[in-house]
Amino acid sequence: MLNYTIRRLLFTIPVLLFISFIVFLLLDLAPNDPTGNLPLTIPPDVRERIRQSLGLGEPIHVRYFLWCVQFFVNEPLNILEQWTGLQFGSGDRLRVQSWATRSPVVDLIVERMPQTLWVVGMSYVVGIIIAIPIGVISAYRQYSWFDQAGTFVSMVGFSVPTFFTGVLMIVVFSVHLDWFPSIYDTTHRVTDWQSFWFQVRQMIMPVSVLALFNAAQISRFMRASMLDNLSQDYVRTARAKGVREPVVLLVHVLRNSLIPVVTVIALGIPQVFGGAIITEQVFKVNGLGQLLIIGIQGADIPLVQTLTFIFAVLIVFFNLIADLLYGILDPRIRYE
Amino acid sequence: MTSGPETILEVNALKTVFHTRGGEIHAVNSVDFSLKRGELLGVVGESGSGKSVTMMSLIGLLPSPPAEIREGRVIFGGRNILGLSERELRTLRGRDIGFVFQDPMTSLNPVFTVGYQLMEPLREHMGLSRRQAAARAADLLDLVGIPDARQRLSDYPHQFSGGMRQRVMIAIALACDPKILIADEPTTALDVTIQAQILELIRKIRNQLGMAIIWITHDLGVIAGIADRVVVMYGGQIVEQATVAKLFAEPRHPYTQALLQTIPSLRGARNHRLNSIPGQPPILAFAPSACPFMPRCTHAFDRCANENPARWDLDESHDVACFLASNNGASSHV
Repeated sequence: MLNYTIRRLLFTIPVLLFISFIVFLLLDLAPNDPTGNLPLTIPPDVRERIRQSLGLGEPIHVRYFLWCVQFFVNEPLNILEQWTGLQFGSGDRLRVQSWATRSPVVDLIVERMPQTLWVVGMSYVVGIIIAIPIGVISAYRQYSWFDQAGTFVSMVGFSVPTFFTGVLMIVVFSVHLDWFPSIYDTTHRVTDWQSFWFQVRQMIMPVSVLALFNAAQISRFMRASMLDNLSQDYVRTARAKGVREPVVLLVHVLRNSLIPVVTVIALGIPQVFGGAIITEQVFKVNGLGQLLIIGIQGADIPLVQTLTFIFAVLIVFFNLIADLLYGILDPRIRYE
Repeated sequence: MTSGPETILEVNALKTVFHTRGGEIHAVNSVDFSLKRGELLGVVGESGSGKSVTMMSLIGLLPSPPAEIREGRVIFGGRNILGLSERELRTLRGRDIGFVFQDPMTSLNPVFTVGYQLMEPLREHMGLSRRQAAARAADLLDLVGIPDARQRLSDYPHQFSGGMRQRVMIAIALACDPKILIADEPTTALDVTIQAQILELIRKIRNQLGMAIIWITHDLGVIAGIADRVVVMYGGQIVEQATVAKLFAEPRHPYTQALLQTIPSLRGARNHRLNSIPGQPPILAFAPSACPFMPRCTHAFDRCANENPARWDLDESHDVACFLASNNGASSHV
C-alpha cells in the first residue's frame, strides 16, 4: 500500500506539469486583453506598454517557464520561510501576481479560502449527513411513501439550479419573512454568542441551498448502492444466522454499500474548494468561486492560471485518496 | 403421516404465494411433510418446483412483501412456528435451524472476516464472550476440515476457495448445534470432486452430531448416496414420498419415473441421446385445480385435468399423488 501510494504520488508530478501547461496554453489562446477594463481614454501605445510591462511581450514558453519558477519554487520557499523563520537567499523573489489587484495571488486565495470552506464545506457536510440516512431508508423501504417523497425531493434538488432555489429562498426568507440576511457579510467576526448567532443566520440560506443539491446527488448514490447490496446472498445468510435486522442493515449491508459512496464523496471534495461559483454570486459570499469569476472577467491570467491549477492539484490528489480509501474499505482490493 | 415422539418438524398444508405485478404466483401448494430426529430427508425437484421456497417459508426467510405464507402449520418444538413474531423466529434461526445456501461465492459477506461471520451467531444466540466465541469458531472450522483453523479466522472470504467457503458456510450453520440443518443445493455450485468432499463432510458431521438434515437438490445421484427418505416436488407440491431405496426401486409417480429416466447410465450403449422430460414446468399463476404434471404426463386421462390428486398412502413409508397409483396399484407399472 505504501509502495503504491509513493508510486502514485510520483506519477502525479508529470501529470500536474502537463495539466499546468495545457491550462497555460488554453488561457493564452483565449481572446482576452488584460487592459480591456481600463478607461477608453488611455491611448493605444500606452496600452501596449502596459502589456509589455505585464510580460506579454515574451514568447509563450518563456512566460510559462517564469510562471513555473514563481509557482513551484518561489511560493513554496516563501511559505517555508514563514513557517520556519529561516531565510533562504535574499528573500527577494518574484511572486505570482494578480494583474488586476497587483497583490500576490496566493495571498488572495488565502484570504478567500475561509469563506468558501465554511459555506461550501459546511453544505457538503450537511448534505452528506442528510443524504446517507435518506438513502438507507429509501432503499430499505423501496417504493414506500418515504422513498417516493425522497425521490421527488432529490429530483427537484438535482434539477432545479441553485441560482433559482437561492433567489427563491432570498425572496421568501429575507424579503417576506425577514428571518435571514440576504447578503453574506464576510467581514463579520465571531466574538461572542450574539455574533455567533448572526454568523449561523447568515450561513443558513447558502448552506441549505447547496446542501439540498449535494444531498440530492449523494442520497441517490446511497440508495442505489444499498439496493444493490440488499438483494445479495450474504444478506440472506445473515438473516438465516438470526442476526438482528438493524445489524443486518447497518452493519452487513451499510458497510458494503458505503464503499462506492465514500469514493464518490472523496471525489466531490475538490468541488468544495472550487467553491460554488453561482451560489457564491447569489448570496454575495466572496469566496474562491467569486474570485475566479472576477479573474476571468478581468482577463487576470496569473490569477486564473494559479486557481485552475490548484483545483487540478486537488482533483488529482482526491482521486488518489479515493483509490486508497477503496483499498482500505474493500478487503478484496490490494494494491501491489 | 406419522407424527411420533421422534418427529421434530411437521409441516401441514403449507401454502406460500408471491404477489407480483402480473398477479399471484402460487409457489407452494399444500405441502405436508415431517422430519424425524437424526433423519436425512432429500427434497428433489427441478428449478421452480418450490423446494427452496418451502424451506425458506418455514423460518420466515422470504421477504414479505412479495411473499405471503397464506396457510399452514409448521410444528417445531411443540408449537406452530408460523405464528411466531419476527423476534421469536430470529432466535430459532441459526440456533435451532441452520441454513446452508447454494452459492458459497456470494453467501458470505465480502468485507468481514470469516471469523467475524462465524462468531456472530455464537455471540447472538449463545451469549459467548469474544474469546470463547473465537475458540469455538476455531473448533468449528476444524470440524469442517479447514486446516490452520485458528489462523484462518482472520482471513476474508475471498481468500478461500469455493469448496472451502462452503465448508465455512456449513460451520456457520452448525455453530449453535442446531436440531435441523437445511442445506439448499449446497453442492450445485461446486465441481464434482469438491461436491464429493462436501457430501463426505456432511456424512461425517451427521454421524458425529446427529442432527436432522433437509437436503434440497435436483441431483438424484446425490440423493441416492446420502438420504434416508426422499420427497419429490413438482409445481409447488409434493408428488411422491418414499424411502430412498423404494423410490429408486419402485417409483410410482410418472414424474418420478421420468426423472429417473433422465439419469444417464454409465453402462450399456452410448449411442443414444440423453433423456429429457418433454415440455416445461408449469407457471403457477393459479391455485391448482388439475394435476400440475398433467400437460407433460404420458399417462394423463380426463380426471387429471379436472382434479388435483391428493397424496395416497401405498404403505406406511410410501405415498404418491397420482390417480393411477390410487385407483389400482398394478396400473402404474408402465
